Amino acid sequence: MHFFSTLMVSFGSMFSAVWIVVANSWQQTPAGFHVVGEGINARAEITDFWAMVLNPSSVDRVLHVISGCWLAGAFLIISISAYYIIKNRHIRFAKSSIKIALFVALIASLFQLFTGHSSAVGVSKNQPAKLAAMEAVFDDQTNAQLYLFGWVNEEKQEVNFSIAIPGMLSYLIGFDTETKVTGLNSFKEEDRPPVNIVFQAYHLMVAIGMLLIVLSMFGVFFWIRGTLFKQKWLMWAFVFSVLLPQIANQVGWITAEVGRQPWIVYGLLRTSEGLSKAVSADQVWFSLILFTLIYIGLFILFVYLLNEKIKHGPEDVDAIPSEIGHPKS
Amino acid sequence: MEFTFDLNTIWFLIIGILLIGYSILDGFDLGVGALHLFVKDDTERRIMLNSIGPVWDGNEVWLVTGGGALFAAFPHVYATVFSGFYTAIMMLLFMLIFRAVAIEFRSKRPMRWWRQMWDTAFSIASIFIAFLAGIAVGNLITGIPLNANKEFIGTFWGLINPYTVLVGVTTVALFMMHGAIYGVMKTENELHNKLRGWVNNTIIFFIICYITTTMSTLIYYPHMIQHFKEYPILFVLALLNMLAIANIPREISKGKDFFAFLSSCASIAALLTLFAFGVFPNFVIASNNPEFSLNIYNAASSHKTLNIMLIIALIGIPFVLAYTISIYWIFRGKVKLNNMSY
Repeated sequence: MHFFSTLMVSFGSMFSAVWIVVANSWQQTPAGFHVVGEGINARAEITDFWAMVLNPSSVDRVLHVISGCWLAGAFLIISISAYYIIKNRHIRFAKSSIKIALFVALIASLFQLFTGHSSAVGVSKNQPAKLAAMEAVFDDQTNAQLYLFGWVNEEKQEVNFSIAIPGMLSYLIGFDTETKVTGLNSFKEEDRPPVNIVFQAYHLMVAIGMLLIVLSMFGVFFWIRGTLFKQKWLMWAFVFSVLLPQIANQVGWITAEVGRQPWIVYGLLRTSEGLSKAVSADQVWFSLILFTLIYIGLFILFVYLLNEKIKHGPEDVDAIPSEIGHPKS
Repeated sequence: MEFTFDLNTIWFLIIGILLIGYSILDGFDLGVGALHLFVKDDTERRIMLNSIGPVWDGNEVWLVTGGGALFAAFPHVYATVFSGFYTAIMMLLFMLIFRAVAIEFRSKRPMRWWRQMWDTAFSIASIFIAFLAGIAVGNLITGIPLNANKEFIGTFWGLINPYTVLVGVTTVALFMMHGAIYGVMKTENELHNKLRGWVNNTIIFFIICYITTTMSTLIYYPHMIQHFKEYPILFVLALLNMLAIANIPREISKGKDFFAFLSSCASIAALLTLFAFGVFPNFVIASNNPEFSLNIYNAASSHKTLNIMLIIALIGIPFVLAYTISIYWIFRGKVKLNNMSY
């Protein structure tokens, strides 16, 4: 019964992730609709359900997001298990947990390479302005370079303090350094997203993604060698690694959403046109501030309680009563 | 007006059923929350919490589903109401968050101040949510000012007037009664007897509110009984409603708690059906100009969307019913505390 419930929680989470990302993907690459009416009465009406659900970016993004969630889950387990191993508590539980989690982490982090790559190729086709912002491409060019890092000066249209691999961006999106990348200057000024935010968010995500692959590979490498639990430095790295997928997931969403600006539905409806007239700026401020305070408060509580729970540790496996199938009944 | 049974009417019905389901299900757990502070002992409070523990979040899903169905089937209603009631809905969300957190966090720590803090949050949030839901229903009865573009042009304070507050208080009373009966069903011994005593008080409180609300509606908002004049058969509903309410103390005194609870469910369903007949075919009545009202036609999605959604609903509803029923079956009977409890 518990196992069944656990499976349902897992399937339910993934199922809802699918629909959330599908809805968001439709905002990125709308499909399967036609516009009826004009001016303020215009609205998109569905013409083809499956074209709408399987719009050009859905599949890539669903896989990318779900895999990102697997990473977040895997590294939470890795972190707690590593902590127990360092503290020499609940060893049997921690050792088997960390192995399962490392396995998931390795697969998910490598999988992210493919889904991330596939997403980026999709963005280059469907949302070229976003790709241009992600890599700070201002003029149309072939042999476009891929930045490892940098700081974008949007006014002067340059990237400072940067290191880049020449031709790599063109190569990645078309497997040919001669692939042309559309630059931001090919778009009207009012159709360009903010560049530096998208650039930084995107590069941070990619950097963390690479770091997660390295961490998982180290873990699996020492696991195969049989010395995993003796690598104190790696265990400590694992303890803090819980933050990495969280940050990567957040900045990934920032890349996707800020990169879509100034559109709320790409190419169709501007964010400024999507505003509700019945809601004043004051009301929005009120709710934003309120929810920021709530979430800060809840976050502190959450960390406090989670910390207590981690310190308390799992119930002793052998001590669980046999009537576990019917709790609370 | 003529009733035509078309796709739009079916969706009005589905949303109605979802909201009735929500009121019946979340109604009792909000009611248990509203009564929570009247129970003083820590163990008894835990029993109260655990009586709703396995089911309250599933119950709230009905609200989410209702909101989701409204969003997809009648997007103009969703847009107008959610933007127009923005501040109220933000407060509702705030309360829903605190209530959920309170239920989850309360028993995680043993400190007295900690538990008292979350108990208070839980109870106040429960009362407030019921009250806000009532205010919303009240505003759908009185109507709200709209313009030709289906936009709300009133203010937050305009939503609060003696009538809507009255409907709010009535909703709190209704849910308290409903929750007390549920509590009687799920508890034993001392707490059981205490709750049994409260049922009568809550019934009296509810009946006073109910009569006042009905009178005010008949006097100030006669449009609500328009259909009843055209189809007098509908008065049977009102009669059934009264019988259901009258049946509650009878069943309680006979010790048939489950039947009392069923009666209470029936009276909630009847009340909301009366309300739905009152406003049909409108969703949101424009108080300034009836032509601006949002009804099941001018606020609806395209027929294609309604058709697709109907298919999804027909696939989804059996699942929801199946798991809802199995959860209530698994957690049937009186509450017993163990180390897995809240």
